[in-house]
Amino acid sequence: MLTPVVDVDGAPFWEYAARGELRVQTCADCDEPRFPPRPCCPHCRSFDHEWRPLSGRGRIWSYVLPHPPLLPDYAEQAPYNVILVELADAPRIRLVGNLVSEAGARLDSVPADRIRIGARVQAVFTPEGLPQWVLERP
Amino acid sequence: MAPMAVLKDATAIVGIGQTPFAKQLPETERALACRAILAALDDAGIAPDEVDALASYTMEETDEVEVAKALGLGDLTFFSKVGYGGGGSCATVAHLAAAIASGQATVGVAWRSRKRGSGPRPWKNTTVQLPTPAQWTRPFGLLRPADEIAMLARRHMHEYGTTRDHLFNVALACRNRANQNPAAIMYDRPLTREMYMTSRWISEPLCLFDNCLETDGALACVLVSAERARDCRRTPVYVHSAAQGLPAQHHGMVNYWNDDPLTGPAWTAARHLWKHADLTPDDIDVAQIYDAFTALIPLSLEGYGFCARGEGGAFTEGGALEIGGRLPLNTSGGGLSEAYVHGFNLITEGVRQLRGTSTAQVPGAATCLVTAGEGVPTSALLLRN
Ligand SMILES: [Zn+2]
Repeated sequence: MLTPVVDVDGAPFWEYAARGELRVQTCADCDEPRFPPRPCCPHCRSFDHEWRPLSGRGRIWSYVLPHPPLLPDYAEQAPYNVILVELADAPRIRLVGNLVSEAGARLDSVPADRIRIGARVQAVFTPEGLPQWVLERP
Repeated sequence: MAPMAVLKDATAIVGIGQTPFAKQLPETERALACRAILAALDDAGIAPDEVDALASYTMEETDEVEVAKALGLGDLTFFSKVGYGGGGSCATVAHLAAAIASGQATVGVAWRSRKRGSGPRPWKNTTVQLPTPAQWTRPFGLLRPADEIAMLARRHMHEYGTTRDHLFNVALACRNRANQNPAAIMYDRPLTREMYMTSRWISEPLCLFDNCLETDGALACVLVSAERARDCRRTPVYVHSAAQGLPAQHHGMVNYWNDDPLTGPAWTAARHLWKHADLTPDDIDVAQIYDAFTALIPLSLEGYGFCARGEGGAFTEGGALEIGGRLPLNTSGGGLSEAYVHGFNLITEGVRQLRGTSTAQVPGAATCLVTAGEGVPTSALLLRN
C-alpha cells in the first residue's frame, strides 16, 4: 500500500493522525481552516496557524469504485471504495478516504450497495495512523 | 476605457501537420515531433529557417534546443512551455499569438509528441509522486486521473440527474466521427449502446468507453500574423480569442477543497474568452472539447456557456453532439476515438473544419471553439475563418 509522501506543510496532519487525532490547519489570526495545508492564509495572508481538533464527523459528498488496472496492493482489494467526506466542522474541506467496517479493515470491507451520498460517517484510524471512515449508523 | 483586444484576429493558423496515430510507433518522440513540425511547415509553405518561436507543454520531452537543431530552425526569439498536461494545449497557440501580435516573433510553431500508447503510464510511477496533493489522495487508492474525475462525475450525477446515457452520448458522438476519419485509431470500430453499457468498469461510475485512448503520435501547427496569413497557401484560420484559466482556490484534478468543486477552470477561461470575442456560444458552429473522459464534456458545456449549470448532461440528448445537432463535437473523433495526444488533435481538427476539409465536415462552419483539459488549469481558443 502507498504511504503518504509527506511535505513540510502536511507533516503535522500525519503526526496528529498517528495519535488518532483528526486536526486541520487553521489561521491563528482570522480563524479560517484551510486544506491542504500551506504556509500562508489565503484569506488574511497571515503566516501564523494552529492545528485545530475536529469532531471527526462528516457526510459522504461523493465516492468511486476503482477497478483494475491498479497497483497490485490495490488491485487485490478491487473493487474497493474511495469516498470524499465533507467535514461537519469545515464543510469546504472534503477529505479523501475509505469507508470501512471498522478501523484497520480492508478497503472493500463495506459492500458497495451500503455507500450513499449524504451518509453520516465518523473518522477512525488504522494502526499505521491513516484516517478511515465508518458509517455512523451501520 | 475598455482594454483593446490586441489578440483578436491578429494571428492565424496557416499550417497543420501530424504523424500517423497508433498504439505503438517505432520512432522516438523526438523523431515524431520533427516529422509533425515539418509536415505543418510544409502545409503552410513556410521554410523551417523562418521559424523564430516555439511553444509546447511542460510535459513535452523534446525541448526547443533539440527541435531547433534537428530541423534547422532560425534564431528563436520566443519560446514557451505551458504546464498542467492537457490543460496547456490551447495555451501553446495562445502564447504564440501573443508573441506574434506583440512583435516578439513572426513565425511560431506549437507541437506535442507523445508515446503514451507504448510508453509508461504516469500514475504507475509511485516514486515520483508529488507530495502535494498526492499525500491526501494516493494512500486511499485514488490512484489514476480516471478515479479523480469519476469523483466529480458521481457528484454531478447525484446533484443534477446526469446519467450514464448522457456520457454514452458523448462517447458515441466521438466514435461516430472517428468512424468517418481514416486517421483515427477507432476508424473501423463502431460503438453501440450495448457495448457501452456492458463494458468493464475503470472507476465506477466511469467505464472503459468513458476513458480516452492511449496513443503514440505527434501533431503541430504554424502561426503567423493575419497580414502574412493572407499570402499563405491555405485558408487562414484566425485566432479570434484565446484564454487561460486558473480559478481562485483551484486544486487541479483533485479540486475537492473549495466552495464548489463542480465549477472548474472552464468557467474562468470562458469568461475571458467571450469577453474579448465578437461571438457568443450561440454563434459557435462546431466544438472540439477536451475529452480525456466523457464526464469532462458536460462540465465544459456548462463552463463555456452552452447551457446552464447542471444542464450539461441533458444538453447531450437528441443527437445534439452529432453532425446536424446543436453543437457537433470532436469531429475527428477526439481523444476518445481518434487519438489521445494531450488534446492537440482538437486544435488541428478545428483548423480543418474552418478550412472545409474535415472528414466529418460541418457544412459552412465559420466558427469553432477548441478547449484544453477541464479539471486542470486550462486554456481555450475561438477560431474563425
Ligand atoms: Zn487568516
